Amino acid sequence: MSGESVILFHSSNYAMWAADALKKAKIGHKLVPVPRELSSDCGYCVRFDTLSAGQVSALMEKENIEFDRIEQI
Amino acid sequence: MIYFDNSATSYPKPSQVTDAVIYFMTKIGANPGRAGHSQSVKAGEIVFEARKKVAVFFGLKSPMNVIFTSNATEALNTAVKGLLIKGDHVITSAMEHNSVMRPLKRLEEDGIITFSVLEGDDRGVLSVEEVIKAIKPATKVLVINHMSNVTGAVQPVREIGELCRSKGVLTILDCAQSAGIIPLDMCADYIDIVCFTGHKGLYGPTGTGGMVIRDGFDFNRIRPLKEGGTGSLSDKTVQPAFMPDKFESGTLNAAGIAGLSKGIDFLNSLPEGLKSVQLHKQTLQKYFIEKAKKHVKGFVTQSETEGYGVVSFTIEGLSVSEVTMKLSDLYGIMSRQGLHCAPLAHRRIGTFPEGTVRFGFSVFNTRDEIDSAVKALKEIAGGN
Repeated sequence: MSGESVILFHSSNYAMWAADALKKAKIGHKLVPVPRELSSDCGYCVRFDTLSAGQVSALMEKENIEFDRIEQI
Repeated sequence: MIYFDNSATSYPKPSQVTDAVIYFMTKIGANPGRAGHSQSVKAGEIVFEARKKVAVFFGLKSPMNVIFTSNATEALNTAVKGLLIKGDHVITSAMEHNSVMRPLKRLEEDGIITFSVLEGDDRGVLSVEEVIKAIKPATKVLVINHMSNVTGAVQPVREIGELCRSKGVLTILDCAQSAGIIPLDMCADYIDIVCFTGHKGLYGPTGTGGMVIRDGFDFNRIRPLKEGGTGSLSDKTVQPAFMPDKFESGTLNAAGIAGLSKGIDFLNSLPEGLKSVQLHKQTLQKYFIEKAKKHVKGFVTQSETEGYGVVSFTIEGLSVSEVTMKLSDLYGIMSRQGLHCAPLAHRRIGTFPEGTVRFGFSVFNTRDEIDSAVKALKEIAGGN
């Protein structure tokens, strides 16, 4: 599946944690504002290539980083 | 000017600390976690880096278990008032600062808890046997400092922590004086909650500190001290239940935290880390006490010759306020007189209500400065 996805967290603190883990794992990503249509949160989420979705969720599980959901955008 | 009041707050700060605060305030400026723009992201990254460093510093895996507060007092109030409920019993020591004693006293006066104050040995240091005797069926928490802010006496944290864990008693450790001097591993030392300040031994700015909860601890047992904006779950009017947002309402002192982060880097950059800090402070303390005993008439210290740079003393026949005033006004030497917000500790060591003069050394103090201080004290004490 091509395109981009975002991984949403309950808190920007977790988005930071996730971005740090993704950086270490060398998985391309960017911290971006949370799309209003997806969440009411004030902070950020992490955008990545949808092709990496499996790797991203596996990494979150491995590092015990709780997340809300992954959405294709 | 010679600054020996490092137990109140350290000065000077390493240049990388002040540079980081200025950089944050002039180049970043934004609110971490409250917007999606690039400056807010940068601010958030700086705070997250600090969170990670604090976690590693105390032996934690999850950076989310680091809650930033404005100081150790706020952290201790959160831990003590957040954990205890009606009927709980608490064990503490006679060496505690008012940041522990006053929250306990408040809860006692409100009819919520009872607490036992353990005397320890003649330095106020507790033994495992003394703690065992004090544990009751209702004992929920033991809260003690790691290192006395009055005498520098160090508690046997690991032994007491292990005992408490085996008895189902939670441990809250006040690391206001010890953080940045004595290493702590919350897992190996059996500590459930650490409360620290950023502006003393960690060389960060004032207005920084935190409550650190050990990995795996059920933080749902702790009620937050305050509720408010967190930047998360903004459509809901109830406080988020996850870490660290549950306890971090309101805008963080991000500029201060940027500095604190560099303070930890500074300690990690020393040749042998905290061992270097210990060695330097031990050397200064021994040098000062031995020299003052030899040259200053009526010099009496309540601290051990071997210690980590917190020295209380009096000069017979002189009030402590007179000594500190003369040190400051005539010699430009900054020290702290009185009870150091720890009245019970002074009762324990026999210096209540007059208190003591306290010298607190930092890694930036030198033997030359101690020579100057001993010379000054000799002159101040000379006529009595």
